[in-house]
Amino acid sequence: MNLTADRFKDNVRVALDDDQLQRALTHVRSNFIEKRAKSVAALPEFEALREAARAVKDHALAHLDLYLEAYETRVAESGGHVHYAETASDARDVILDICRKAGARTVTKGKSMIAEEVDLNNHLEAHGIEPVETDLGEYIIQLRGEVPSHIIAPAVHVNQDQVESDFRRVHTHLAADRDLTEPTSLLAEARGILRDRFLAADVGITGANFLVAETGTSIIVTNEGNGDLTQILPRIHIVIASIEKIVPTLEDATTILRLLARSATGQDMSVYTTLSTGPRRPDDPDGPDEYHVVILDNGRTAMLGTEFQDMLRCIRCGACMNHCPVYHAVGGHAYGATYPGPMGQVLDPAIFGLKATHDLPNASTFCGRCESVCPMKIPLPKMMRHWRDKEFERGLSPAPQRWGIRAWAFFARRPALYRFATGLMIRALGNLGSDRGRFRMLPLAGGWTAHRDLPAPEGRTFMNAYRARAKSKGRKT
Amino acid sequence: MSGREIVLRKVRHALGVTGEEAARRSAVAERLNKPEPNVIPERGKRDREGRVALFREMAEAVSATVESVAAPDDVPTAIARYLREQNLPAAFRAGADPAISALPWDREPNLTRLSGASDGRDAVGLSRAIAGVAESGTLVLVSGPDNPTTINFLPDAHIVMLSADDIAGDYETVWRRLRERFGAGQAPRTVNLVTGPSRSADIEQTLILGAHGPRALHIIVVG
Amino acid sequence: MTLTPPHVGLFVTCLVDLFRPSVGFAAIKLLEEAGCTIDVPASQTCCGQPAYNSGDSADARAIAKSVIEAFEPYDYVVAPSGSCAGMLKKHYPALLADDAQWRPRAERLAAHTFELVSFLTDVLGVTSVTAQHDGTVTYHDSCSGLRELGIQAQPRQLLGSVDGLQLLELKNADVCCGFGGTFCVKYPDLSNAIVERKTADIADSGAETLLAGDLGCLMNMAGKLKREGRATKSRHVAEVLAGMTDVPAIGEGVSE
Repeated sequence: MNLTADRFKDNVRVALDDDQLQRALTHVRSNFIEKRAKSVAALPEFEALREAARAVKDHALAHLDLYLEAYETRVAESGGHVHYAETASDARDVILDICRKAGARTVTKGKSMIAEEVDLNNHLEAHGIEPVETDLGEYIIQLRGEVPSHIIAPAVHVNQDQVESDFRRVHTHLAADRDLTEPTSLLAEARGILRDRFLAADVGITGANFLVAETGTSIIVTNEGNGDLTQILPRIHIVIASIEKIVPTLEDATTILRLLARSATGQDMSVYTTLSTGPRRPDDPDGPDEYHVVILDNGRTAMLGTEFQDMLRCIRCGACMNHCPVYHAVGGHAYGATYPGPMGQVLDPAIFGLKATHDLPNASTFCGRCESVCPMKIPLPKMMRHWRDKEFERGLSPAPQRWGIRAWAFFARRPALYRFATGLMIRALGNLGSDRGRFRMLPLAGGWTAHRDLPAPEGRTFMNAYRARAKSKGRKT
Repeated sequence: MSGREIVLRKVRHALGVTGEEAARRSAVAERLNKPEPNVIPERGKRDREGRVALFREMAEAVSATVESVAAPDDVPTAIARYLREQNLPAAFRAGADPAISALPWDREPNLTRLSGASDGRDAVGLSRAIAGVAESGTLVLVSGPDNPTTINFLPDAHIVMLSADDIAGDYETVWRRLRERFGAGQAPRTVNLVTGPSRSADIEQTLILGAHGPRALHIIVVG
Repeated sequence: MTLTPPHVGLFVTCLVDLFRPSVGFAAIKLLEEAGCTIDVPASQTCCGQPAYNSGDSADARAIAKSVIEAFEPYDYVVAPSGSCAGMLKKHYPALLADDAQWRPRAERLAAHTFELVSFLTDVLGVTSVTAQHDGTVTYHDSCSGLRELGIQAQPRQLLGSVDGLQLLELKNADVCCGFGGTFCVKYPDLSNAIVERKTADIADSGAETLLAGDLGCLMNMAGKLKREGRATKSRHVAEVLAGMTDVPAIGEGVSE
């Protein structure tokens, strides 16, 4: 993937100036939030489910080695194969190898953020295998040569008229007078094209929302049914999932399922929740002959047992980004790494390294709205702060910022000096600003005054004023 | 070292464990061997009639159509009527489910019944669900020759027969029944939980039915 | 309630100290009217949040310890800011969690620390104030107060008792204003995109005055409102509750 997180501030500028993007983002700001709120309000047990789901994942993570072993045993019993991949490159190699052995030419794909994380499509293409994204949103961005800007609504940054022009550009069979001005006609066109691709594919690759240790089952959740056609029609089904997708039992998966769609789209359940266990059975008339599961680490074991472990509870619902004022302002591409929004601001540094992504954990107001809607109760701001600690420790933050904080702290730790210095400064500023009550420009305050006025101080610090008042009242200070 | 050994070693190192700890092993074995429900919403905890009513309400809320018939013998006529009303061809594909084969198809001689997996050319598919879940209006379908999975996804319209007796309040009840039928720790190759017809909101978040799967889901509740 | 009046240590907050002492005096008036005796420890500077949120935990810890020392003697610590009160109440214990000596002290302090309006209502049981404010106001829920301390109904309840005041609800009142402490100067473009939306909502509310419980957010919103040439005035909620609105509104001069 094209990691541009190191140019975050430039990305922000580009995103803010992109009128199409800004138009598209208006849908995120309203729809997701209203739908989630409505469906959560309709389930009195939502809070209890959040607690229960957190406990499920905490338990699974604390026993992850054993549940992985139990899971792979069940997969093998049902005739499937489990492959472990330590790195993104290992995952790509395993998948390419399976595809090559099968002589695969085209691969259909259900939506998978893990496949995005390991940059699977480019790898397959480079080796002569054509990946076909089948989720409508993923299909649209594949046509546009883009990456997802949202983990559950990958094309949320694209407007309908843009989809129409992309379809006309790529689907050259389309008659000029074919009406594509309605979402329904666009969907019908994509359905027709993709139906042929489903039936012709040699391999189908999906992600997984859960790996169930009890039964060796992988579970995917979709609304379109594309994930199902991806996995039942080709001869080979490959599941790619990260280690933390493990849950102990079907009951445990169910607890989380009750939160997932509600948090994501405001549905009680997504349309298709599909449990897959092994390849087709001897008397099955359909289903894949081979079933492979690629379990990816890629930085996650380094989070386990640390202050970042809670992040491994994430179920990829997208609620955090749907409620994030920063995401609302710039959309997902500006983050410049696989996972946008608050969950990405915590996860991306673990996967791609803090050096290349150090802006991400900083680009938060810590408003806490993400944490308040996270179905898994992940303390996202707290973990962004942990990354800031590491950044500061390693001297990765910009020097002026670091020294600015240290200089300020130097004064803040010395009350008498602080009081003397601030007293002088505030008096000067107060005198300067008392007439208009604000500054349009001020040396060293460009970050503030570029966009807004700086309210002027009243002119005397509270501490000085309070002491003076106390004195005049004859009270002790 | 294999990828497996590397990853498991890293997991154990991170957790500070060896994997041999008796307490951890028994905690895991216990949980896997005796799966326990966590929080089950009150919503589905109703008597049989209540569950049927809730199932219908929830399924209709997600754009499925639901009709009730008194007995299995009424199903062929219900199907024929549905196909006529929807201007669909009087033909459908179904698997070898005895509960479907045993229906009095001779009552609707104009209906053509194709059997086996779907190849994508069927306008209509018929399946029998092993269960319904009232709390969300969800159908539970399992793979196999009786009900090939392709029938759930390839036809434009999907008709599903569901016995009212099989409507559970919650998923946990269904998992218990699955274990009774397939054995502890075992699952059929595919279990499809289907909640309404296929849809997408990927274009400007406008919800449209019939993305890749069926555009229409018609549920016939029997009994 | 005890017979002896609660002894409150006022944590002024650095922004109120430097930019808007009036808020501190309004807080004192409200607390005194509610029967408290008040001290303002002279050794306070700041809660340490800028360091804490910038990854400089060592400085943050040092500042936290001096705040704890300064405020331990009081029955309660009260701050006219959800953000700073949240720092003392929620973050000091986390910051000092690994310090056997300081952790219990941080936890004790946390248990007795409150944001001003929450303290008046939730602890002292105040349900009304005696103040007059003729005009329409709207209220922005600052993030820390709202989500860390659960402050939402309390200010609205007290504002409801102010004579002449009409509260017009703000659309998206619970959405961040884009201040975020150092965030607003580290990412000025992002911060601006967020506050622009906020000032549009404020203008849509039709209220003459914007109120909030945190001076940082208020300076951000007031600064933007002024830059946009809007007439909306901005004040800390304590100023209105204390009936102390004779000083110019935030960002307004003596000439306006």
